[in-house]
Amino acid sequence: MTRFDYAPAPESRAVVTIADSYGIFVGGDFVPASGPSFPTVNPATEEVLAEVGQASAADVDRAVAAARTAYEKVWGRLSGAERGKYLFRIARILQERAREFAVLETLDNGKPITESRDVDVPLAAAHFFYHAGWADKLGYAGLAGSPADPPKPVGVVGQVIPWNFPLLMLAWKIAPALACGNTVVLKPAETTPLTALLFAQVCQEADLPPGVVNIVTGAGPTGQALVEHPGVDKIAFTGSTEVGKLIARSVAGTRKRATLELGGKAANIVFEDAAIDQAVEGIVRGIFFNQGHVCCAGSRLLVQESIHDEVVRRLKRRLATIRVGDPMDKNTDLGAINSATQLARVREMTAVGQAEGAEPWSPACTLPDRGFWFAPTVFTGVSQAHRIAQEEIFGPVLSVLTFRTPTEAVAKANNTPYGLSAGVWTEKGSRILWMADQLRAGVVWANTFNQFDPTSPFGGLKESGYGREGGRHGLEPYLTTGATR
Amino acid sequence: MSPASSTTTSASATGTATGSRLEVRKTYKLYVNGAFPRSESGRSYAVHAASRRGSAGPGAFLGNVAQGSRKDARDAVVAARAAVAGWAGATAYNRGQVLYRVAEVMQGRAAQLAAEVAEAEGLSAARAASTVAAAIDRWVWYAGWSDKLAQVVGNLNPVAGPYFNISAPSPTGVVAVVAPQGSSLLGLTSVIAPIIVSGNTCVVIASQDRPIPAVTLAEIFATSDLPGGVVNLITGHTAEIAPWLASHRDVNAIDLTGAADATDVDWGALEAAAADNLKRVLRPEGEGPAAREPDWTATPGLHRMTAFLEIKTVWHPKGR
Repeated sequence: MTRFDYAPAPESRAVVTIADSYGIFVGGDFVPASGPSFPTVNPATEEVLAEVGQASAADVDRAVAAARTAYEKVWGRLSGAERGKYLFRIARILQERAREFAVLETLDNGKPITESRDVDVPLAAAHFFYHAGWADKLGYAGLAGSPADPPKPVGVVGQVIPWNFPLLMLAWKIAPALACGNTVVLKPAETTPLTALLFAQVCQEADLPPGVVNIVTGAGPTGQALVEHPGVDKIAFTGSTEVGKLIARSVAGTRKRATLELGGKAANIVFEDAAIDQAVEGIVRGIFFNQGHVCCAGSRLLVQESIHDEVVRRLKRRLATIRVGDPMDKNTDLGAINSATQLARVREMTAVGQAEGAEPWSPACTLPDRGFWFAPTVFTGVSQAHRIAQEEIFGPVLSVLTFRTPTEAVAKANNTPYGLSAGVWTEKGSRILWMADQLRAGVVWANTFNQFDPTSPFGGLKESGYGREGGRHGLEPYLTTGATR
Repeated sequence: MSPASSTTTSASATGTATGSRLEVRKTYKLYVNGAFPRSESGRSYAVHAASRRGSAGPGAFLGNVAQGSRKDARDAVVAARAAVAGWAGATAYNRGQVLYRVAEVMQGRAAQLAAEVAEAEGLSAARAASTVAAAIDRWVWYAGWSDKLAQVVGNLNPVAGPYFNISAPSPTGVVAVVAPQGSSLLGLTSVIAPIIVSGNTCVVIASQDRPIPAVTLAEIFATSDLPGGVVNLITGHTAEIAPWLASHRDVNAIDLTGAADATDVDWGALEAAAADNLKRVLRPEGEGPAAREPDWTATPGLHRMTAFLEIKTVWHPKGR
C-alpha cells in the first residue's frame, strides 16, 4: 500500500532576530556580564545561536541590589491596581509577539514548534494575565489579611529555572512574584537563556520600572551565588531534587524562604476498564510530550495485567506514527534532546535498563545526523527494583510495569521518594476518586495527562519539593501573612 | 499526686504522707503507640518545679521522668507511620469529635493539670487555672476546624478548558515536633492540635524541663478515643533526640517551634538535617538565628495547620 508521507512544513525563523551576544539584564538595562561568555546552541543542529554572558557573584550582587532598590523605592509602594496593569501589559505583549517567542524557544530548546506555539507561549501569557488580576485582590485570597489590610510581599526573590520550559517556567516564577509586590532576580538555565533575555526586552517595552525584573545568565555557580545571597528574601527553584536539597540546606537556619519544584517519577495507571485508545493517547502525551523533559512526565506506565499485551500492542502501533525530527517542522511530534549532557544521561539510563533485564523497543525512525537525538523508547518487563522504574530519566523513555488490584497499583505508584504527579485511567468514577485520595502526588490527572493551567496549583509531595505554583495557592509563597503563633 | 496535695509543692516533692495515708506516686513514662512504656534505655532524669521568684537554684523535686532515647524516638516514628492511614482516612467529623473529646477529658482533669502547670511554670494558682482553661478551649477551637479546613484552604479552579479541576488539602504524614520549652500545656496543645486535626500523626519531644503536664496530656489522649500512634510523646533531653527525628527518612515534616530556649539545640542544624528528605519545616519564631517562643494566648491563625498540609489537585475531563 502506498504510504502518503507529510511534506515538510517548516516554520520560518525570520520572525526572530538573535543577537551575536547578550549581556545580563540588571536595573532595566542590558549590561555586560563580568564572567566569560558561553555559547547557547540549537540542540537540533548544534549551531551556535549566540554568546551569552556568565554572571559572576559580583553581577548577581548588582542584580540583587537593583531588585532591592526597585522593591523599596517603586514596586513595593505601587498600588496593586498599578502593578496589575503592568502585568496585563506584559501578557498582551507576549500574545502579540507570540510567534517570535515560539520560534526562539524551539531554536534554543529543541522542542517541536507546535508545542512552543500551542502550549509554552500561550500558557506563559495566560499566567501573566491570571496573576495580573490578583495584584489588587490579594486581600480576598483568603491567605491572610483582609481587603482592608492585604498581605505584604516578601521582598526580593531569587528564582532559578530549568531548560525544559524556559519561558513558561519564567512566567510561573515572575508573574506571581510581581503580582504580590515582590521584585525578582531570575536565572534561566544555561542551555536555554534566549527567551528570558527576550522577555527582558518585553519588560522594557512594557515600561516596567527598572530593577523589578533582573535576568542573570550563567550555569550552576551563578545560581548558587543567587541562592546564597543574603539580600534575597525568598528562593523559588525548579529543577533537580539533588539541587533542591542543596538549596534547602543552604537556607536552613536563616529566615530565607524557599519553594522547590523538583523531580518526579509519575505513575500513569491504566485499569482494564479504561477507554484504551484514549489511554494510549494519554500515555503518549504523558511521556513523549516535550521529549519527556517534563518533571511530571508519566514515565512509569502501570497497566493492569489483564490488558498489558493489548495496551503495549496499541501503544507500539501508535508510536510507529510518531514523527521525530526537525523541531521547526510543524509536523514534528518529538524534537531534539536539549543538550549533549542530557542525551548522555538518557543513553546511560537506557543502557542500565537493558543491563538490568528490561526489554527496550523503539519504532523505526531516522534520526538526523547532527544535533542531539533519541528515539522514543518503551521498556517492557520492568520490575519495581529496576533503576529505570525508580530514577528520573527526563527523556522519551517509558517503563512498563503491571499490577493486578487497585491496592497494588496504589502501592506501586507510591513506592518512590517522589510525589509530583500521577495519572489514572478508568471509566469507573468511584475508583478515580478513591485513587485520587490514595495517590501521594500533588497533581492527579484522571483520564487525561500533562494538563496545565494558571488557575490550577502545581507542585509536589515528598522529595518532589514543596510549595505550589499557580492558582490561589501559588500566591502564598510570595506573601508574608503576618500570622504567626 | 492528688490535686489537693499538689497545691503545696513540698508534699509531692518529699512524698510525705497527707494526713495518715501514704500517697501513691506516679511513674512518669513515655507514650508510644497508645501505650506507656519506660524508655528502652532504662534511663530517667530528675524534674524539678520552676524556681520560686527570688530563690536560687531549682525548685522542689517533682519526679523521675523517663529519659527517651534514639530508639524510643524511632519506635515512635514506626507507630506514627502505622497510624497515618487510619487517622488520615477517618472522616473529618470523626477527627473533630475526637479532638473535642480531648477537651472534655481535660476539663475533668483541669485541677490536676492546673496544679502541674503551676509547678512546672511557676505560676500562681489563678494563672495556672486560666492557662489550663485556654488550653482546653484551644482543643475546642481546633476540633471545629477538622471539617472546615478543606473548605477554607481548598477550591475549585476555573481552568481554560473542558475539565473539572479541584484542589484540596491532604495531611503531610508523620510530623516530628519539638514542643515549646516554656508553655508546658497551652503551648504543647497549640502545636499538637493543628498537626493532628487534619489527619497527620506526630512524635512530640516534650518540654525538657517541664514534661509533667505533657505526660498527663498523654494520659488524656489515651482515654479520648484518639487512636494509638496518632500522638506519641517522648520525654527527655531535646538536644539528644531532636537530631534523630530531623534526619529520620520516614518523617515527613518537623515543627521546630520548641527550639526556642531549648538547651544545646541549634534549629538551623535541625533544619539542615531535615533537608535530606525535604521535610517540611516550620521554623521557630524570631528574627535571624534567634528563636523566640510565641505568645500562646492569642487566637491562632491557619498557618500551623497549613504548614503540614499538601495541596493535591485533581483533573478530570468533562464531556457528554
